Amino acid sequence: MTSRLTRRQRRRISQGIQYAVFVAVLVLIGVLADWDRLQNQFAQKDLALRLFPEIITTALRNTVIYTMSGFLLGLVLGLVIAMMRLSSVAPYRWVASVYIELFRGLPALLIFIFVGVAVPLAFPGTEIPGGTYGKVALGLGLVAAAYMAETIRAGIQAVPKGQMEAARSLGFSHARAMVSVIIPQAFRIVIPPLTNELVLLFKDSSLVLFLGVTLQERELTKFGRDLASQTANSTPILVAGLCYLLVTVPLSFVVRRLEARADKAV
Amino acid sequence: MPRKTEAVDDTMATDRPEIEIRGLHKSFGDNHVLRGIDLEVARGEVVCVIGPSGSGKSTLLRCVNLLEEPSGGQVFVGGTEVTDLDVDIDAVRRRIGMVFQQFNLFPHVSVTENLTLPQRRVLGRDKARSAAVALENLKRVGLADKADAYPAQLSGGQQQRVAIARALSMGPEVMLFDEPTSALDPELVGEVLSVMRVLAGEGMTMMVVTHEMSFAREVADRVVFMDGGVIVEQGPAAQVVGHPRQERTRNFLNRILDPAAAGAPADDGRRPRAEDGGSGTG
Ligand SMILES: Nc1ncnc2c1ncn2[C@@H]1O[C@H](COP(=O)(O)OP(=O)(O)O)[C@@H](O)[C@H]1O
Ligand SMILES: [Mg+2]
Repeated sequence: MTSRLTRRQRRRISQGIQYAVFVAVLVLIGVLADWDRLQNQFAQKDLALRLFPEIITTALRNTVIYTMSGFLLGLVLGLVIAMMRLSSVAPYRWVASVYIELFRGLPALLIFIFVGVAVPLAFPGTEIPGGTYGKVALGLGLVAAAYMAETIRAGIQAVPKGQMEAARSLGFSHARAMVSVIIPQAFRIVIPPLTNELVLLFKDSSLVLFLGVTLQERELTKFGRDLASQTANSTPILVAGLCYLLVTVPLSFVVRRLEARADKAV
Repeated sequence: MPRKTEAVDDTMATDRPEIEIRGLHKSFGDNHVLRGIDLEVARGEVVCVIGPSGSGKSTLLRCVNLLEEPSGGQVFVGGTEVTDLDVDIDAVRRRIGMVFQQFNLFPHVSVTENLTLPQRRVLGRDKARSAAVALENLKRVGLADKADAYPAQLSGGQQQRVAIARALSMGPEVMLFDEPTSALDPELVGEVLSVMRVLAGEGMTMMVVTHEMSFAREVADRVVFMDGGVIVEQGPAAQVVGHPRQERTRNFLNRILDPAAAGAPADDGRRPRAEDGGSGTG
């Protein structure tokens, strides 16, 4: 019997079934969930409004600062580690590999705790510069560097070998060729994955929660959670979540655009 | 054909050869690619290197500017031993221009910047001077109007001409060409060869790996035939391409001059196109 159906008909039936399942699930959730309780707990309008402007001027602002400082530190450190991975000196390669495996293999939370506890222990008397901001930048940066190093290394290796040869044949030293010719090209290749890393970091900045921070240093998640417990209502969590999406959704959109452009360029 | 040998005589009669290769060996692991190459290129001389694929032609060129480290033997360029471990190789390479089969222009900068970037970063020339040199060399290859284009916007032939201009901007004493037209569509080969022809006419010392036999016959002072990592035969183009002495040279020329005859016995009667060269081209 199926053989009687044309491809078009079969496709229509298949799509019809998928839509039916989708609607059925929605209806089921709609009927079963206790919307009043949910709204009470998560969507108190006046409570939500009271979060402003502080949730933007302090919490979102701190989230952005933590993310950007972690990103910049991660970028610099990642570039260094990528160069070490590609070095002709074996111990550099080993150190870089161990670093990458270690920091990619550990939960970011553990690294945060490590930064908060172990660094002051290991170097007594020294303070991480910048207080909480410095600690967060270090924690995020250490994690991000491991991922970025691999991305950057792949980007550098994606630059055709002939580019280095052309540069060397013109008299560039290896280092100058890297800086003037190879890395600028590698960065074009890695901008989409690095932007992706930025999105991940933006979310990971919520781990600051586990370092003691002052009121002024709270970022979105900590802020939302504190206010949720103060008000015995979860609306601040929802609003904090929306603030994350406000940034991550457009960023993801930018990443997709960049990736599409990169695909075309190659 | 010996027009350039005269130029050599009155400019550099007493000096050493511009390129001097002595007992050059190169192995990649177990693969013994160059098996004792001795070759001299006089100042202003154009030497074409021909030979089957895999015979070590590229490796030979790349040993001259040390893109490959020779496993044995010596290479001198302009009297400097480049194989000396104490020599500043970057300084030596500035004097040796190289043109690659795949052009290898820097795709992330404009045509002009392809020419100015090396001048500024390597030679320390200032912006104005490097731009002036760049323009002058773009004019030389007939591409001054493409100064602001990006490499990807150019045809293969134009890209290769820019690559030649880029090498010339560094003011090299020697130019190495590794199959500069092999990646080009047939209709674009001519424009690159004519730039090279002009360069040869201006007295540039050139080592050219090529399969363009008409170019070799017309421009080369000397043709070197390589096979299996050794120089099998060398001499004036009219002799090596026109009347090869060695069986291996004859076989090779038969194959590339008339691919349809590949595998046919090497026989003197099969080289009409090689022999009519020389007179018809000038
Ligand atoms: N970087 C390299 N590593 C290993 N083998 C190489 C390398 N470059 C060239 N070879 C080998 O050397 C031989 C000669 O290559 P090449 O000089 O490119 O020949 P040609 O230019 O005459 O075609 C080939 O067998 C090739 O596989
Ligand atoms: Mg080759």
